[in-house]
Amino acid sequence: MSHATDLPLWAALLVSFFLILGAALTLLGTIGMVRLRSFYERIHAPTLGTTWGAGGVLIASMIFFSVLQSRLVLHEILITVFVIVTTPVTLMLLARAALYRDRTENNDGVPSFQIGDRPGEASAGPES
Amino acid sequence: MSAAIMLWSVNIAQLLLIAAMTCCVYRLVRGPRAQDRVLSLDALYVCAMLLLLTFGIRTGSTVYFEAALVISLFGFVSTAALAKFLMRGEVIE
Repeated sequence: MSHATDLPLWAALLVSFFLILGAALTLLGTIGMVRLRSFYERIHAPTLGTTWGAGGVLIASMIFFSVLQSRLVLHEILITVFVIVTTPVTLMLLARAALYRDRTENNDGVPSFQIGDRPGEASAGPES
Repeated sequence: MSAAIMLWSVNIAQLLLIAAMTCCVYRLVRGPRAQDRVLSLDALYVCAMLLLLTFGIRTGSTVYFEAALVISLFGFVSTAALAKFLMRGEVIE
């Protein structure tokens, strides 16, 4: 870390705060992915890592390189925008695929194909 | 002083991210169905991207940024393709 000796103290504290915040939130999201019970609960947990986890680490990287090179380094915004745009798309695709698989195998706890078919299960919702 | 703070915080952040990757690998191995494995693979891609960014902060070079961008791109493409495969049974039809 010889390149960080000329970093001012406030920048070091700010960068380490955002770095540890982002890494800890990513860890919390994956712990939730391990501990939650059903798949539809589990798919919510890693989004903690893709919103504030990635956001914290990218803000830390932006502050670090901006202070170190004494100019505005903002190319981390590219990763931020890309992650924020693509995560909902992929997780929606994955959740719809899982719902399709559960419906074709007639598993419990998922709504049926047509709502008018079986009125007892239509209002049950996806929670199990 | 600030170098010591940065060294310790980067070490702690890397340990936390490696623990997160361990959780992802546990779910990837144990996952009861295929969609759990795809979800954990997506989370594993995000953790690897963040770990590369912390490597970039540790070494002070911006080379790791391009690798992180490429990894996030691969994560999006692979998860979308695997979700399509789970939905239809084939990727390109």
